[in-house]
Amino acid sequence: MNDRPSWFEDPAKVTRLVRVLYGLCALMFVADLLYRKHAHFGFENVFGFYAIYGFVACVALVLAAKLLRRILMRREDYYDAPETRETAPHREDAH
Amino acid sequence: MILHPAYLLILGALPLPWLKQPIRSAWMLLLPIVGMVGLWSIPDGHYALLTLYDVKMELLRVDALSRVFASIFLVATMLAVIYALNLRESVQQVATLTYAGSAIGGVLAGDLLTLFVYWEMTGLTSVFLIWARRSERAYRAGMRYLAVQVLSGLLLLAGLIIHYRGTGSVSFNTLGLDAPGGWLILTAIGIKCAFPVLHSWLQDTYPEATIVGTVVLSSFTTKLGIYALARGYAGTEELIWIGAVMTCFPIFYAVIENDLRRVLAYSLINQLGFMVVGIGIGTEMGVNGAVAHAVADILFKGLLFMSMGAVLLRTGTVNGSELGGLFKSMPQTATFCMVGAASISAFPLFSGFVTKSMIMTAVAEEHRTVIWLMLLFASAGVFHHAGIKIPFFAFFAHDRGYRVEEAPLNMRIAMGSAAALCILIGCAPELLYGLLPYPVEYVPYTTAHVINQTQLLLLSAMAFTVLMRTGIYPPELRSVNLDFDWFYRRLLPATAGTATRIIDGARNGVLAPLQRGAATALRIAQTPLRAQGWLALPWTTSLMIAWTVLLLGALLLLALLRA
Repeated sequence: MNDRPSWFEDPAKVTRLVRVLYGLCALMFVADLLYRKHAHFGFENVFGFYAIYGFVACVALVLAAKLLRRILMRREDYYDAPETRETAPHREDAH
Repeated sequence: MILHPAYLLILGALPLPWLKQPIRSAWMLLLPIVGMVGLWSIPDGHYALLTLYDVKMELLRVDALSRVFASIFLVATMLAVIYALNLRESVQQVATLTYAGSAIGGVLAGDLLTLFVYWEMTGLTSVFLIWARRSERAYRAGMRYLAVQVLSGLLLLAGLIIHYRGTGSVSFNTLGLDAPGGWLILTAIGIKCAFPVLHSWLQDTYPEATIVGTVVLSSFTTKLGIYALARGYAGTEELIWIGAVMTCFPIFYAVIENDLRRVLAYSLINQLGFMVVGIGIGTEMGVNGAVAHAVADILFKGLLFMSMGAVLLRTGTVNGSELGGLFKSMPQTATFCMVGAASISAFPLFSGFVTKSMIMTAVAEEHRTVIWLMLLFASAGVFHHAGIKIPFFAFFAHDRGYRVEEAPLNMRIAMGSAAALCILIGCAPELLYGLLPYPVEYVPYTTAHVINQTQLLLLSAMAFTVLMRTGIYPPELRSVNLDFDWFYRRLLPATAGTATRIIDGARNGVLAPLQRGAATALRIAQTPLRAQGWLALPWTTSLMIAWTVLLLGALLLLALLRA
């Protein structure tokens, strides 16, 4: 246990890490030039198909989930019996 | 001599409460090891055949399919026992071993009747892992859990009775939907496998169990269901769509769920979906993939639940909204968690990469475009919610100021062993492939596969990063999200309440005026008979004679008319 601010808490370093990630993504995107696909489906041959699909899928997933929250989200004690509501948050120390 | 591993674990658990430490720990560690030796010393075949009345039973069947499931169950038992060594509570220890033994007995059962007995035993023994939390909330969750498990058992029993009446046999081989009782048995299995709509017991109750309990629960019940599905329903077309829906819908919930163990429960349903699709495809590749992925899932999902259990033990919470920055206090747990995350996300060199891809390939070989795209979406999504969200919100994100101890040594050993197995399978897949029911010709490490999977995952990570840094990503909030359990936790009780009120109202609105009307009618009818009523007064003789004549005259008239 140490209390020194660590590597992950320095915003500049986090930004650098994020840039490295973006760089890797760009590299992986153009990696499609390096090999021949043995595709089962025609659309797999689109350049960078997996990369585009992964990105779009995740953005769509998060945006849809955000919308779902409006319909599905309830208070944390929604299912609790009325007599036990407004008590301390559900916690426990050990087992 | 045959040493049945299920009997060994179940009977071996019974003396536990009377054993003193450290003998008790040693005994618990010994049982799964002896069980494994026992299992592998039994050659393939059918054993313990007995005829009960006219029903031919087969208490023990060992073949490739049951052997691989029994083996991974024993490994999971071993890991759970190590993880629970710091516990001094015999309820959970006995429950863990008897529950594991029941699940192993289930996969080694050669007929449906024996399967049914173990099927019910898994429910009855495992509910104590929820109740052991000893809170009102856990008690209620345990009751809901038990009700669903017993219902599944009853459906199986009904199905097997119809099957026996139709075929004269209870042997458990390929059934399919056209077999007598086929639909009932599939529904029973579907509950254990968490088919959509039948699923909500899983995400509802698993996160309510104890720290050890959730780890143990995640390994057995659902995989017993997957085993039964692979045995009885391989190649059933409907399963392909059911499974594909299972892979997709839970990831939306997982993104917005706050309780990180519940996030993992949703991702468990998502992983089961891949297995169900593989079984539905039914080719050798599909079934192999499903079985391999079940083995991998027991290890990496167990590992993830273990890491979240360690977080719960040390901080008292697993809510994403209250956690963060734990990597400083719990660096080893964080590392193990990330190995689990990489495995479930199917990074190259980790177990999911060599198992899930078999299912994807099986789907592609059948040219099922829509299903394949759904599974690919779910693959990106699982990395998003289980691969990134779990480690990120627990160990990184904002430092919430927890300065806690690292997880206990025994927990770290359990997590480390599970992590090592995940990497071992990922790096040496042929070790697992050799155990599968069919010969494997699949080669996971091709250039295209490695690059494509890395593209998918890295760009998913980029999507997470972009959304996080632009503030679009939904924050972790203390909340409950409605799922299908709403129907029986809210709608059903509410409907019952409303129905009672309506019936009460109807009784007051209809019965009361009726009763009042009846009382009035009675009073009116009684009035002439009372002391001063006109019927009760003395009649004169002449009036009586007049009436008698009138009556006789009327009778005479009627008689004449008839003639």
